[in-house]
Amino acid sequence: MSYSVTEPSKPQKWIAGLLVAAYGIITILPLLWIISTSFKSQNDAIAYPPEVFSEFTLGGYVNLFTTQTRQSAEALEANPPETWYDEIVHERGMAIVGPSRFGERFMNSVIIGFGSTFLSVFLGTLAAYAFSRFRIPLKDDLLFFILSTRMMPPIAVAIPIFLMFRGLGLSDTHAGMILLYTAVNLSLSVWLLKGFIDEIPREYEEAALIDGYTRFQAFYKVVLPQAATGIASTAIFCLIFAWNEYAFAVLLTSGNAQTAPPFIPTIIGVTGQDWPAVAAGATIFLVPVMVFTILLRKHLLRGITFGAVRK
Amino acid sequence: MAQIRIENLRKEFGAFTAVQNSTFTIEDGEFFMLLGPSGCGKTTTLRMMAGLELPTSGRIYIDGEEVSQKRASQRDIAFVFQMFALYPHMTVRGNISYPLKSQGMPKARVREKVGEVAEILGITDILDRPVGGLSGGDRQRVALGRAIVRQPKAFFMDEPLGALDAEFREHMAEELRALHDRMEATTVYVTHDQLEAMQMGDKIAVMNHGVVEQFGVPQDIYDWPATKFVAQFIGSPPMNFLEFDGMIGAGHDEVRLNGVAVKVPEAIDGASGKLTLGVRPEHVKLDDAAPYRGRIVASEYLGTTRIVTLDTPGGVLKARIPSSEAVVVGQTTGLSFDARTLTLFENTHGHALRSHANAGVLAHG
Repeated sequence: MSYSVTEPSKPQKWIAGLLVAAYGIITILPLLWIISTSFKSQNDAIAYPPEVFSEFTLGGYVNLFTTQTRQSAEALEANPPETWYDEIVHERGMAIVGPSRFGERFMNSVIIGFGSTFLSVFLGTLAAYAFSRFRIPLKDDLLFFILSTRMMPPIAVAIPIFLMFRGLGLSDTHAGMILLYTAVNLSLSVWLLKGFIDEIPREYEEAALIDGYTRFQAFYKVVLPQAATGIASTAIFCLIFAWNEYAFAVLLTSGNAQTAPPFIPTIIGVTGQDWPAVAAGATIFLVPVMVFTILLRKHLLRGITFGAVRK
Repeated sequence: MAQIRIENLRKEFGAFTAVQNSTFTIEDGEFFMLLGPSGCGKTTTLRMMAGLELPTSGRIYIDGEEVSQKRASQRDIAFVFQMFALYPHMTVRGNISYPLKSQGMPKARVREKVGEVAEILGITDILDRPVGGLSGGDRQRVALGRAIVRQPKAFFMDEPLGALDAEFREHMAEELRALHDRMEATTVYVTHDQLEAMQMGDKIAVMNHGVVEQFGVPQDIYDWPATKFVAQFIGSPPMNFLEFDGMIGAGHDEVRLNGVAVKVPEAIDGASGKLTLGVRPEHVKLDDAAPYRGRIVASEYLGTTRIVTLDTPGGVLKARIPSSEAVVVGQTTGLSFDARTLTLFENTHGHALRSHANAGVLAHG
């Protein structure tokens, strides 16, 4: 790492600060808008000119998680309101009849996202260790081959995959989606992790081998703790891809294994697109990746430099 | 503790032969140095003894047992790495106790053993510190602790002082030797530093290009090098080589060095053609009466001695003389050699010619 020797001048610092602030605002604004929309009423959400501050409501979240039906006037007449819930039903003419499908879709995302991340990192670590430590025939060619699977957009092979999945009965299954995302992520994971494992001196394992441990014990007791940084950052990259993936999810899932990304835009209210509910879905959808990233943040900061910083 | 025997050991990496047909024996309790320039195969030899590499052919015996193809963990040896290779995610105690844990030793016993070792090495106060912040010397001690705690059959050390500062290295070298004398454990030590090898070793094997060129006690190797490589690699400044065309018959004790008669130890092997006379700098005397002459081109003052560089008909020569002797650069002077200490080499392979002086040493080299 090299450092600039001269201290930047005051105006330079100001300009740099303003640029960073501007970039931050531009990046974060859409996110803030979605979050604020999720707390608006349907009318406020589509008001023009847009309302920055409007009445706070959890209606979007209620609509997101529930299925509702319109109540006929007679039915409302017949049941005078007794609880606070009945009052709302009367006021809106709508009653909750059950949970929406969002919960299921969200769980599908969790299962498929974390499942494929675990598998990518697990297989990736083993493969990367082997590539890093052993003499393998055609090693460079194999590594290039693994990388080459990412040289075109994955969606370019959507149709063969679609046909393959249909033939194998993998369409619309969790296993199918986990396999698919693992296959896509594996090349990234092998390459990233190989870089990290290359950085770990072999002497550590050799010391463990001499100290009476087997190769596998040396691997998981000595190499794995050293590779934690790399594993954490690789896991985050894999999760972000699998979590946000939209195109394959639209194509290959419909009922059973549909993930949240293709589901959220289809949330339709009684009076057309229910934007607050969509925004609420997007907001909740953000949470797991953010929590995961924050939990692994310490590792990520070190890992993202890809070994450029001396340990 | 154990004797280690190496027989026809060979290691190939693809087309490259790192070690070819080495054979030597390390006696029980010996401090054995594997010395040579980088890439000479000394580390590969050590790693094969330790089980970190498997030999292409040949045998290794530790304590009479053949271990050539056994795993490192089955050889009951300890290894000290150049960069120490302390487990970075553990404390000092964790590092030292790690080899004991693999044996399933009870916790209380491990604690006790680690305490003993820490006592020997003087690191009781840092036992619960993480290894990350330790100084080079302390890391070295922890690495030694991890090695000795198990009381293995042998210690293997790969340039263990290489990562230390020059001044501290001296100190650790003494500590290491003292530790060895106390434990009386067979130790194999790899180094490229000839001074370190001479200072610490009971025996030295000098390697070059995968071949053990000579093997013996330091003084024998210094006094009676078996090859020109050994003669040049050991000693600072190294042995002088004076090249000449001539001959020596078996039983004779004189060569003609560019027309000047020079007495040498009585030859056993005769040779003729291109030969080299090897003479250590301290065996050269400036003696104006001597017929072999050279011109002084430089003089380095080193406190008690002085290194004088001379241009002679046989080549450049360095003499180590007492610093009290005055020399004038540019002057021509006569040079006499201590006849009992000279070695003749043939130039084709660089092997020393046997004489009555070096035959005993060369017989087991």
